[in-house]
Amino acid sequence: MAQQTALSAPELVDRIVAGERRALARAISLVEADTPTGREVQAALYPRTGHAQTIGITGSAGAGKSTLVGALAREERKRGRTVGIVAVDPSSPFSHGAILGDRIRMQDLTSDGGVFLRSMASRGNLGGLSETATGVIDVMDAAGFDVVIVETVGAGQDEVEVATAAGTTVLITNPGGGDEIQSMKAGLMEVAQILVVNKADLAGSDTAVTQLKALLAIADLGAWTPPILKATAKTGEGIPELVDAIDRHQEHLHSSEHAEDERRALSRKQIVALARASLHRQALEVAHGSGALDDLVSAVAARRRDPRSAAESLLEAVKREWAASE
Amino acid sequence: MTNERPIRVLIAKPGLDGHDRGAKVVARALRDAGMEVIYTGIRQTPQMIAEAALQEDAQVVGLSILSGAHLELFPRVVEELRQRGVDDVLLFAGGIIPKEDITKVQEIGFQGVFGPGTNTNDIIEFVKSHAPVRA
Ligand SMILES: Nc1nc2c(ncn2[C@@H]2O[C@H](COP(=O)(O)OP(=O)(O)OP(=O)(O)O)[C@@H](O)[C@H]2O)c(=O)[nH]1
Ligand SMILES: [Mg+2]
Repeated sequence: MAQQTALSAPELVDRIVAGERRALARAISLVEADTPTGREVQAALYPRTGHAQTIGITGSAGAGKSTLVGALAREERKRGRTVGIVAVDPSSPFSHGAILGDRIRMQDLTSDGGVFLRSMASRGNLGGLSETATGVIDVMDAAGFDVVIVETVGAGQDEVEVATAAGTTVLITNPGGGDEIQSMKAGLMEVAQILVVNKADLAGSDTAVTQLKALLAIADLGAWTPPILKATAKTGEGIPELVDAIDRHQEHLHSSEHAEDERRALSRKQIVALARASLHRQALEVAHGSGALDDLVSAVAARRRDPRSAAESLLEAVKREWAASE
Repeated sequence: MTNERPIRVLIAKPGLDGHDRGAKVVARALRDAGMEVIYTGIRQTPQMIAEAALQEDAQVVGLSILSGAHLELFPRVVEELRQRGVDDVLLFAGGIIPKEDITKVQEIGFQGVFGPGTNTNDIIEFVKSHAPVRA
């Protein structure tokens, strides 16, 4: 089949701003693949961002994130807002293939012209989610959606990463997840601005709320204290209250008193996260490419060297490589 | 800039029958071959399929149909795609399509038609060699 003539970045930008959904879909692919055109589109669109409420939904596997994203989107639509959704599914790390099934639960939203749903594999790549998700959120924001929701797999690092990409991060837990809540690091509390005990139709939701409260009490909070809500995503119960809480947090973000600080804090987190991810990836590329890592691994495994000085040597090798490629 | 992009394939079941075992087998086979498969489930209308293909920027759309309504539904899928400007996707179909209909289905725009008992490797090969290249 013939290859479609690729649109240039300025053409894509014009079409996205004009509301052309196909251009938006194509641009998301380019951002996801991190192509030069994708980067150009991202850069050109960035000044147009800032309109959307950006919401990150995170939590452990099976907590009900996808179900809740659907319920949330329906409630936002009831309130007359347009919604962009990025659903991130785990990919099988083996072959890099993935089955993305979140559309199954949001079929009704496919027929709604006010919704744009994009499925994404997490790819398990070194850059992690932050690089891609931040870019895709920005493109949807610039495309004019009132609300942009990102669901991510709650695997450790990702939870922190999604928090850097979204204005409001919602952490989903479940009743009976007591051990899990206990072992949750207080740091996780600090990246979420709203805590939801989902599956409140099951026994034990009050206990979960109490445990979350106890964790919050020792967390290092700023000017915003995360509310703890109960919800049943399956039936929609508690979802209007969740949207209210998100709105309150977004107001907090934009209130004259906090807006500047919050914007700077979010921008700082984003820059640092993106730089770290990029550094990580580039360094490992050099390390693997030059064989330097393998040599060091052998030395440390045989206890001829200590890991710390090996790490320093690795960094030196990376720096030399960079200097040489300049 | 080293991300190698996997082929994105949308797998959907149009029509009213609720059996998606075949569709799932194909979805898993394509995943195992390294593709990103967006699985949309059963009872999809032509509008839903076309809209999902657009939003997901799928390069390939595979439909599984057992109900016998292919000659009615497939042209509508093609029309809905056309209306959305989605003019560069590879289409293929599987399920129960009688031999005498295969040429008609191909004329509608489904380059690949795979009957029951097809080896999934044939589908993988077909998709790999025909999927449009995305610049
Ligand atoms: N009882 C009950 N079950 C729910 C509720 N919300 C979701 N579930 C169920 O929980 C299971 C997991 O739901 P998902 O929405 O797929 O959860 P998820 O967090 O997106 O899962 P992953 O993306 O796989 O991590 C499904 O069987 C849902 O039907 C709820 O409010 N109550
Ligand atoms: Mg999910």
